[in-house]
Amino acid sequence: MKKIEAIIRHFKLEDVKGALTEHGIHGMTVSEVRGFGRQKGHTEMYRGTEYAVDLVPKLKIEVVCSDDNLRAVVDTILRTAQTGAIGDGKIFVTNLEDAIRIRTGEHGEEAL
Amino acid sequence: MNARQWFARHGGLLLVLVGMVGLIGSLALPVAAQTSGDAPGASTGAGSEAGSEAGSDDGSPAEPDPRDAAIAEAAQTGHNAWMLTSAALVLFMTAPGLAMFYSGLVRRKNVLSVMMQCVFLMGLMTVVWALWGYSLSFGGVPDSQEFPHNPYVGSLQYIFMNNVQIAADGTAPMAGNIPELTFMAFQGMFFIITPALICGAFAERMKFSAMVIFLVLWGTLVYCPLCHWVWDAGILARGAPGAWAGGALDFAGGTVVHISSGVSALVCALLIGRRLGFGTEDMRPHNMTYTALGAGMLWVGWFGFNAGSALGATAVAASALVVTHFSAAAGAVAWAGLEWIQRGKPSVLGAASGAVAGLVCITPASGFVQPMPALVMGAAAGLACYFACSTLKARLGYDDSLDAFGVHGVGGTLGAVLTGVFASKAVGGTDGLLYDPPGGAQLLLGQIVAVAVTVLFAAVATFILLKILDATIGLRVSQEDEYRGLDLAEHGEEGYIFN
Repeated sequence: MKKIEAIIRHFKLEDVKGALTEHGIHGMTVSEVRGFGRQKGHTEMYRGTEYAVDLVPKLKIEVVCSDDNLRAVVDTILRTAQTGAIGDGKIFVTNLEDAIRIRTGEHGEEAL
Repeated sequence: MNARQWFARHGGLLLVLVGMVGLIGSLALPVAAQTSGDAPGASTGAGSEAGSEAGSDDGSPAEPDPRDAAIAEAAQTGHNAWMLTSAALVLFMTAPGLAMFYSGLVRRKNVLSVMMQCVFLMGLMTVVWALWGYSLSFGGVPDSQEFPHNPYVGSLQYIFMNNVQIAADGTAPMAGNIPELTFMAFQGMFFIITPALICGAFAERMKFSAMVIFLVLWGTLVYCPLCHWVWDAGILARGAPGAWAGGALDFAGGTVVHISSGVSALVCALLIGRRLGFGTEDMRPHNMTYTALGAGMLWVGWFGFNAGSALGATAVAASALVVTHFSAAAGAVAWAGLEWIQRGKPSVLGAASGAVAGLVCITPASGFVQPMPALVMGAAAGLACYFACSTLKARLGYDDSLDAFGVHGVGGTLGAVLTGVFASKAVGGTDGLLYDPPGGAQLLLGQIVAVAVTVLFAAVATFILLKILDATIGLRVSQEDEYRGLDLAEHGEEGYIFN
């Protein structure tokens, strides 16, 4: 099993979510995050006092899938979250030891 | 560059052009009207109408008409209705108006502490006003044996609401056209908002207990005498016998409210010192939506503040409401417009602050100037206060957290001085420098003397009070409490809990 964490732009969520659902992904976790990469932040000015805001707000989606399905999921996210401009985000893939459904106690891919 | 981009970048310049055309027009036209106004013409119509209305209230006709009493009573009912409404509007300025305007500007860990300052002061200052504040401000009758009037401080005539409340025989004491009770309540709302304005300077770091003691003393020892000097035939009141330099015109509180609170705020900011992390940590306003809405509420409440200061539902009240509205409008456009030119984007905080600056500036002049000068005063306040809050504050390095001095001290001073320039005989019976150079120069001198006396008095008194408090109970919360935020440290609550 693999865990995929993708940092994406806010307005791409619906596209990504819809496409992943079509590829058999039945659940995901989405959170509001802030961070920075190559995309520079911005400055804000309040009554002449300037503040540099270098942490940019993004969305993080977390998805777990089977090893076989990894390629399709990553491609789907790439296809739907991309605009081509700096600030599109990143995808991180990690090996996942186990997943357990709390209601039934099922393990592994059964629990996804 | 297409037209849309061009406008986004140069929209501010367009605003300036509109402003300059307006400025030239507004300055040129009233002068023309004034010079032609010597001959009977339309421009004197409003003034004479207001004059005859005032005359019919006070004048006693040679042959008494039985209907006159009924007419007078009806007029009094109207005046009282407007003044009760005005009192409510001025209270509305402190909370929710100022409470939201100020609390949006602090960090989220201090949002409640600022709201608490406003709400608690509505209680605290009212109690002081009821017990002795009103009497020390307005007590005293000329030529009275029991409560002689003196020009320095009010007598004990109204202490504990004596001679204010409805008498044993069921009659209500009158203050001009309205019950003394109405006048007392209206003025009491000013006694709340003035110290609340100072809170902007020491927000996010002053001990609540120190603030309570400081503002009770400040209200009693600074506000009450100053109010008496300016509004109860004291040493700064224009036309009062023995007034310094002839006294000053202050319709709704340029000196009493804004200069006094603004200058005291600056002294507070200097004595208490900067917030921890000032200049290095993120101190952005935590909720600009509060601030924008609070500014809107202040704008509305100010109609009661200024037009209510006519003390009746008169033509002067209408004029005061209009010039108040115009000045706020010009201030909002000027401040946001200047930002637009300087940094390419007009900000919400700029528009909100500019409106408040315009409102502050017109306050002393609101019963004395015509609408076109009000546009000039508002725009001037927007630009001057913008400069004070950005450049001046940064250069001098003091931490006036919410710019109580930059807006109220600077805007109030500008307004008090410009009242001496733009005052018009048609509205308030006195001409300023623009319309009557010799007489206006005399008036302007009186305005400047009143400003200087107010600045000196408020600064010295605030300095002494704070030094005493600092040496006894201390002014500032501990470092740890300041980092945790005053909401938790001082009030045991949090502003935002989203369960």
